[in-house]
Amino acid sequence: MQSIPIPNISLPVPFSPEQASTFAPHVDALYVYLVTLTAFFTLLISAAIIFFAVKYRRRQAAELPRPIAGSMVLELTWTIIPLMIAMTIFVWGASIFFKAYRAPQQAMEVYVVGKQWMWKFQHQTGQREINELHVPVGARVKLTMTTEDVIHSFYVPAFRIKQDVVPGRYLQTWFEATKTGKFYLFCAEYCGTNHSGMGGYIYVMDQAAYQQWLAGGTGTESAASQGQKLFQQRGCASCHQVEAGGQQGLGPTLYGIFGKQQQIEGDGAVTVDEGYIRESILNPQAKIAAGFQNIMPTFQGQVSEEQVLQLVAYIRSLAPAGQQQGGAAAGAQTTSGPTTGGVPPQQQRSNPLHPSDVRQGNPAPQAPPAGGGNTGNANRQQ
Amino acid sequence: MSTNTTAAAATGTREWRSRFPTVNYLNADYGIWSWLLTKDHKRIGLLYLISVSFFFAIGGAYAGAIRLELLTPMGDLMQSSTYNKVFTHHGIMMVFFFLIPAIPGVLGNFLIPLMIGAKDMAFPKINLLSWYIFMAGGLITFCALLFGGVDTGWTFYVPYSSNFSNTYVTLAGLGIFINGFSSILTGLNFIVTTHTMRAPGMTWFRLPLFVWSHYATALIMILGTPVIAITILLLALERLSHVGIFDPALGGDPVLFQHMFWFYSHPAVYIMILPSMAVISEVVATHTRKPIFGYSFVAFSSLAIAVFGFLVWGHHLFVSSQSVYAGMIFSMISFVVAIPSAVKVFNWTATMYKGSISYDTPMLYAFAFIGLFLIGGMTGLFLAALGFDIHVHDTYFVVAHFHYVMVGGTVMGYLGGLHNWWPKITGRMYPEGWARFAALVVFVGFNLTFFPQFLLGYMGMPRRYHAYPVGEPMWQVLHVMSTGGATVLGIGLLIPAVYFIWSMRYGRFAPANPWPGTGLEWRTPSPPPTENFLVTPVVTWEAYEYRPIEELQTIGPGEPDQPIDGQHPANRGTETEER
Repeated sequence: MQSIPIPNISLPVPFSPEQASTFAPHVDALYVYLVTLTAFFTLLISAAIIFFAVKYRRRQAAELPRPIAGSMVLELTWTIIPLMIAMTIFVWGASIFFKAYRAPQQAMEVYVVGKQWMWKFQHQTGQREINELHVPVGARVKLTMTTEDVIHSFYVPAFRIKQDVVPGRYLQTWFEATKTGKFYLFCAEYCGTNHSGMGGYIYVMDQAAYQQWLAGGTGTESAASQGQKLFQQRGCASCHQVEAGGQQGLGPTLYGIFGKQQQIEGDGAVTVDEGYIRESILNPQAKIAAGFQNIMPTFQGQVSEEQVLQLVAYIRSLAPAGQQQGGAAAGAQTTSGPTTGGVPPQQQRSNPLHPSDVRQGNPAPQAPPAGGGNTGNANRQQ
Repeated sequence: MSTNTTAAAATGTREWRSRFPTVNYLNADYGIWSWLLTKDHKRIGLLYLISVSFFFAIGGAYAGAIRLELLTPMGDLMQSSTYNKVFTHHGIMMVFFFLIPAIPGVLGNFLIPLMIGAKDMAFPKINLLSWYIFMAGGLITFCALLFGGVDTGWTFYVPYSSNFSNTYVTLAGLGIFINGFSSILTGLNFIVTTHTMRAPGMTWFRLPLFVWSHYATALIMILGTPVIAITILLLALERLSHVGIFDPALGGDPVLFQHMFWFYSHPAVYIMILPSMAVISEVVATHTRKPIFGYSFVAFSSLAIAVFGFLVWGHHLFVSSQSVYAGMIFSMISFVVAIPSAVKVFNWTATMYKGSISYDTPMLYAFAFIGLFLIGGMTGLFLAALGFDIHVHDTYFVVAHFHYVMVGGTVMGYLGGLHNWWPKITGRMYPEGWARFAALVVFVGFNLTFFPQFLLGYMGMPRRYHAYPVGEPMWQVLHVMSTGGATVLGIGLLIPAVYFIWSMRYGRFAPANPWPGTGLEWRTPSPPPTENFLVTPVVTWEAYEYRPIEELQTIGPGEPDQPIDGQHPANRGTETEER
């Protein structure tokens, strides 16, 4: 859709929330177009009806007007013209939709977990928030979202974005805030008793304030680092090799696996993305990596959605520097990604605004392809 | 209803009354069982009138409670859990037990056999059974609401409704499940009746558009309703025995529920609006004394709506994680389905051109319908636009949109239809002055209630919210307007309730054809005899073929409708001047 410029309007539209994201002017422009069309047709028909009702009002009780059967020309006119107008709306609406759902590859990622009745956020740098999300202005922010219980819907009117959050799935949306300030966050999908209380604010801050906010977080560990701890605690490491070049364990080596195609038992292959990792943790039997036994126990009920997201962050971090994937799209170039522990948050995570810092990582070659079989050597390393 | 002998005495001057026996469907039998065991489609229509009025009143009371709560931003009138039940009950009562059965149940049942010149429906006993099933379903659901209520919203989205809600979901669902069979049987009866029971000469293209529209509705009822039945059944199965159909923890898919639910519930929107369009076609023709402009386009647009209506359910799922490409297809078809509705609006408007337009109450409701349905339909285009829907999905914008269609469309059509055929149904006229006044009150109250909700929605107010931000004074202003409007609307709806009941005893006696109209229903006495016509009518005229009023004769003993000038009317050009 890059080739089609999407109209936008930056003037404030009456009775609309603030325009605080890059989508907002597009949605408002379409709104103005639609309101204009509606006003035109409503006035046209109403004027015609009122005119006819007055001009042709019944003057005598026994009046009998001349019948008029119809007109093919008129029928075709008022079929084809409205259809063409409707198609302009369709194209316009679809082009905004594409923009909204094509998440950029280079973006600051935030994990979101909905839960009756709160929104939990986890930054890659480790900060966690509830019902508040701090983001820098002008940065692209990609949200990877799921829920612990029922369906919720992440809605920020000022950004004109909304995405349902469905249990058992990772769904993504993104925004780029254009204005600093405090904006409403709502849950838009009815989720039970305190549905209307499930909201908060998005704080959009300028770069300096955001850096200050990041620094203010005490003792936060990056999401990946927390994931690494979990990886040890839950015994994942006893089967999954996490370093380059190591011997294949009972399960596939996870180093460098993120974003790759993985052959699975039976037919086909899957892209190793957030969703596949989540599924493999909670429902390991669903898609078994080719060449491995169906021996992994499920972790359903033992790890929370937030912990799964931390594990995802950790597995993503297991890649040579410069090759860590910004998202599910394989082969996308990214600048950096989280690595394991120790580094202060603001340095650890690249900022989409300053895509420069690439640091230490394992310069080792690609992990051996999965499918090396069961070496039986489970008790190794780390 | 026992006043027919006095009726005859009071209007002894009326020549038509002296020519006909005074026994009609209302006084042919007395006693409660003559009503509860009746096979007369007209009596069954009245049974529906009483029951849907009851459910409408219940649903309206819940609406009042919602509007009172939203006067203030704080949730201070009732608790959240109560509020959630209130809007759920409002939705369930209105959708399943008022909007869907109202026009087909009351006017469809009463009028279809009359309009096609039949003695009754094809299956009179099934027709009665369908009312009993409706009552059983309605009362079971009503009990569920009384015993403790349901808090899932009328949409019953899983996994909230399956694994989380501790309310009477299964019982309410059972009522809706049972009620579905009533819909299916009514649809079946309409289709078979239309195919097999038409009077001699009543060809398909001589059918009143009311019948076409109800035929399209019946198709949706038969094809769509089984899907909601199976959806509710699966929901109950999952709730009671934890079968993993929708629950992701058991390998199910919660979005599958939404697909199945809307596969019925979107076409159900057309079950609600098509019968209302049916009424408007009749009212516009009758009160302009002209044939509907582009009869066949209006007839086929009903069928087009019924067909395309089955292909657009996904537009309720644009932000539900449906794929972008599925979203695009559903969006495009949604724009296409808008066109037949637009065609109807243009044709009704064109019908008024050079007509003889009366300002009788049914026509006032038709004016209101066209204007409000236009706004309701156009805002449907807003919602069908993918990128726009992201912002307003599940906000008050949607609430305003479907109330413009459901109340501005269906309820206006229902009221217009009740007024139009009240003389036929009861044999009495309603008080015209009061009725015009009430129509005005309803129109003003309606717009004041629901127009502010468009603005609220665009400003970001989500639907189903018990409380809203205190820091948004404009939101409260709009909510106060809306509540004020709801009060006016409530009064506007009470006035007809009062004068309709009043008119049954004190109203002026109605002639057979008060407006006059051209349909067969107007050519039999008011109220009609039990078997509708004294002799089988032979149709020799086109739909809405107006002739000088003295020629619109009532079909009586030995007086079948005669061709004019010895020429078959079908062979005369419709442009013929007939004055």
